[in-house]
Amino acid sequence: MAKEIETPEVKEYLDVPHIQPGVMQGDGPFIAKPEHQEPLGFPGELVPDWQNKAIDKLGELKSKYRSLQLFLDICVKCGSCTDKCHYFLGTADPKNMPVARQDLLRKVYRRYYTIWGKFGFTRKLVGAQELTREVLDDWYNYYHQCSECRRCSVFCPYGIDTAEITMAAREILDSVGIGMKYTNEIIAKVFKIGNNLGLPGPALKMTLEDLEEEIEDDTGVKVELPVDREGVDVLLITPSADFFAEPHIDGLIGYAKVFHEAGVSWTVSSYASEAANFSMFIGSYENMKRQAERIRKAALDLGVKRIIHGECGHAWRAAYSFWNTLAGVGHGGDDAYSRELQKQLDPAYPVPQHICEFTWDLIQRDVLTLDPSENDHMTLTFHDSCNVARASRMGDKPGGQFEIPRNVIKAVCNNYVDMPHHTIGEETYCCGGGGGLLTDDLMEVRIKGALPRMQALKTTMEGKGVTHMAAICAICKTQFSKVMPYYEIGMDRIVSVHQLVSNAIKLTGQED
Amino acid sequence: MSSITVDGKEYAVDEEGYLADLSTWVPGIADVMAAQDDLTLTDEHWDIINFLREYYEEYQIAPAIRVLTKAIGKKLGKEKGNSKYLYELFPYGPAKQACRYAGLPKPTGCV
Repeated sequence: MAKEIETPEVKEYLDVPHIQPGVMQGDGPFIAKPEHQEPLGFPGELVPDWQNKAIDKLGELKSKYRSLQLFLDICVKCGSCTDKCHYFLGTADPKNMPVARQDLLRKVYRRYYTIWGKFGFTRKLVGAQELTREVLDDWYNYYHQCSECRRCSVFCPYGIDTAEITMAAREILDSVGIGMKYTNEIIAKVFKIGNNLGLPGPALKMTLEDLEEEIEDDTGVKVELPVDREGVDVLLITPSADFFAEPHIDGLIGYAKVFHEAGVSWTVSSYASEAANFSMFIGSYENMKRQAERIRKAALDLGVKRIIHGECGHAWRAAYSFWNTLAGVGHGGDDAYSRELQKQLDPAYPVPQHICEFTWDLIQRDVLTLDPSENDHMTLTFHDSCNVARASRMGDKPGGQFEIPRNVIKAVCNNYVDMPHHTIGEETYCCGGGGGLLTDDLMEVRIKGALPRMQALKTTMEGKGVTHMAAICAICKTQFSKVMPYYEIGMDRIVSVHQLVSNAIKLTGQED
Repeated sequence: MSSITVDGKEYAVDEEGYLADLSTWVPGIADVMAAQDDLTLTDEHWDIINFLREYYEEYQIAPAIRVLTKAIGKKLGKEKGNSKYLYELFPYGPAKQACRYAGLPKPTGCV
């Protein structure tokens, strides 16, 4: 099948590699087919006159998003970001230095949208370049070696959000008909079926009934996992991977037990059975809005008072930072549907609320009976997922997104150790599969991009006796279970935070 | 589009090796795909493949791993009802490798 992938060697310290120009040159991920493109409003294949259309699109985007124009203008090439990217550290390809990757777009911007780029004699001086097919192919390849994790932005003295440049590049590519199969096929599936997996309502119901049976077998207590139940308090919006994959599904069992013990009625929706919003990864505002509006419709149809969000990283960013203005989900939207939703929502609670916030609140109020010794066979560490760490918050204090998940883990586990400080919190390394790159055709990028996290995890396992890593993102969980074996770490060493809660929680009436 | 040949007949597969037209599946396809991965299918493999096909027939999607392991556990005994057993049979993952052999579409999303 694919070429043999060489797993990078994990050393005691993470070296900045000697550059290897062109080592990750390639065709990029599989290209979307017309049936994946057209439901998103994109041309099915590369359009005639693509060059002018791409340049026009760049012009449109930089006018629409003033941040983009700013980020294209103000980079001074200081180099702070160069060794901050996990893909550069893992691949050594200099085009994966964030400054160089973003310059693939900047040089075209300079050619067509700055005065210096218009004249032959200054063009070279400012590094401006025509948009050729070669440049377009480079965009496709290298903008799919960025997970939009924004670690580099933390270190940029100007605060340039390079993820926004990647998103713009992907949007330009989509607009001329070269989309990425993985993301666009999935978004089309959400519009058709309601979730990334393509899991139809009857299969969702069957899966959840099966889980109810499993919980009852384990504990002797009937815990419900309702679908489309009207008039309940909470609509749970969670990644569809929680219904399908491991360890995700153990997290879902954890949420169900927490709701049960809190006595809060809840449901999932078969219409909006997906938290993920991959339209964010491709920078498509229109599609992101369409995805968010499904959640608003489900909330209205089911008459819920609160919306709680499961363990999904980028989706928490989409929910926390964008739902309100995209679709009036939350307090403060101002259109007919939003106003209707406001009347329905309970103002005593934040909308959206993260499941970790919900559980932590119950723990603080002593509502849950917990036995942390149930997790004594493990020593845990926590992987901060990039979109939670750098693009959102939890609770009511800065840094709540770092503290609250850790507080939950520490309340349900006796053994907890952090990885080195420069690899967690705001400076967390991406899992290597975020931003829409979690596809088998990018396996080399994913394995190599995981190096910094694997290095931090491995040294913490060896030095501090950590056995398992917990995460609150479906992409992170899948990526780790897939790439950890390449680094000689068992695939079962990645766990869901609410899986740990599930292990420790004692249900009322539970048999021992 | 590439294809695989089974008993002298060509079947189109997509770029990831999944059968393009699910309705054309015949058991020989699973054997040929497995041979390409250096696997020989045993009765144990076929238990899984047959379950996947039955489940897909009813629900139009592959079963969740947990549903699959539980069903296998019920049928073949508890010691086989876990994902470790499935990974031993299908090293690239039951969801992706076994689905491909069974002629099911690839599960998409964060899985």
